Amino acid sequence: MSNKNYTRREFIRNLSVTALAGLSLPLLSSCSREEAEDFLQKHFLEMTEEEKERVIAKLEQRYLEQYGRKFQISTQEALPETLWGYGLELSRCVGCRRCVYACANENNTSRYARQLHWIRVLRLKRGNLINLEDSEHYYAPETVPEKGFIYLPVQCQHCQNPPCVKACPIHATWQEPDGIVVVDYNWCIGCRYCIAACPYKGRVFNWAEPNLPKDEVNPNVHYLGNRPRMKCAVEKCTFCIQRVRAGRYPACVEACPTGARKFGNLLDPKSEIRYIIERKRVFRLREDLNTESRFYYFFES
Amino acid sequence: MTLKSLRMRTTLSALAIILLTISTFSSLAVGAGQEFPVPPPPFTEGIFPCSNCHASMEVNRKKRELKEEHTKIRMHHAETMRWCLDCHDAKNRDKLRLYNGELVNFTESHRLCGECHGNLYRDWRAGIHGKRTGYFMGTGKRTYLLCAHCHDPHEPKFKLIVPEPPPFRPTDRRNVK
Repeated sequence: MSNKNYTRREFIRNLSVTALAGLSLPLLSSCSREEAEDFLQKHFLEMTEEEKERVIAKLEQRYLEQYGRKFQISTQEALPETLWGYGLELSRCVGCRRCVYACANENNTSRYARQLHWIRVLRLKRGNLINLEDSEHYYAPETVPEKGFIYLPVQCQHCQNPPCVKACPIHATWQEPDGIVVVDYNWCIGCRYCIAACPYKGRVFNWAEPNLPKDEVNPNVHYLGNRPRMKCAVEKCTFCIQRVRAGRYPACVEACPTGARKFGNLLDPKSEIRYIIERKRVFRLREDLNTESRFYYFFES
Repeated sequence: MTLKSLRMRTTLSALAIILLTISTFSSLAVGAGQEFPVPPPPFTEGIFPCSNCHASMEVNRKKRELKEEHTKIRMHHAETMRWCLDCHDAKNRDKLRLYNGELVNFTESHRLCGECHGNLYRDWRAGIHGKRTGYFMGTGKRTYLLCAHCHDPHEPKFKLIVPEPPPFRPTDRRNVK
């Protein structure tokens, strides 16, 4: 029997090794290999191409089992020389909410318990454009537009100086080179700081597993956009990243029956959005907060 | 024949075929050097071509109330100053007539509307007034709606529409498990 005396250093080392092994035991034993892989998945911007492919394959398999559909998950990067901007003509919006539901269908948002929408159409009394606190978004008249009201649709404004990105403690949300503010749903920890930071209420939270009926699924998705989300992930408008990076108008633009919604490349002098900014009376919501949003509201001049 | 000229001929014929298919499937309206891929104009079913009936009829230029045909048309578009034949050509009913007497197809009706509504026409050509769908960039298909797709030319005021339902309130049963 050796009466070896442990030094203080050895004692601390052994103790910490034992503690680490003890703590990691539940992680490695109580969850499957897949769950462990999910847990250890890297941030999207730090993944190599190979790792991205593996994650996409895994997700496609999972969605196939869950929704019975073959998904096309894109990881297309921002196009060169693009900076997306949005225009919305307030004098033409009639408040019909076609955009709200076109967005939900395109972007696979939860349909019930809880219902999540990325666009909120505010109804304001004529003459009250600034006090958004006095707005109403549950209005339900028989026909629109109603006398004495105007409608102001609000969604993520894709700010150049986004407070949500600053608030995120783990960099799970960031601004892409083409100006789209995206979320890595797997990296998001659900702290909801970004929701508190956003002055436009542009973000929504999955309080429970999203309820998305199988026959309403849109299988053409982008990893940073409309792929089905999970519980505890924050989500928001991405200007339909899966469409606009292919040169196609966002779903809300195509759904608007009055053509109030416009979209284009801010760096292209011939684009629709540049025409609007140069010739119409444009303003941005809450300019005083220095968010420098890329969502331009305008009036017929 | 040399190989080169043969190849050129094949490319040319291929091009011609492509152009033909494009012109048959989408009506490309041309105005001021710009192309507008518009869907077919919104005719009431079976009403076009107008010459089916009008060819055998005598032209009556008198402004009057129509009692036998076209009774559903409500003229509410500066009606005190306007009459059918200001826009529809009297001799060729399948065409519209501009101020200068030029006849245009119904697929180019925007040129006629633009004669009075200049500001809106300018915005429409730039894609600001009205609606465009499809691909705004690249080679994908794009569609521009004509004025008449949204506004009835005889009664252009935009009609009231039924809104989609409001979102569920947080306390709504459908929002709680």
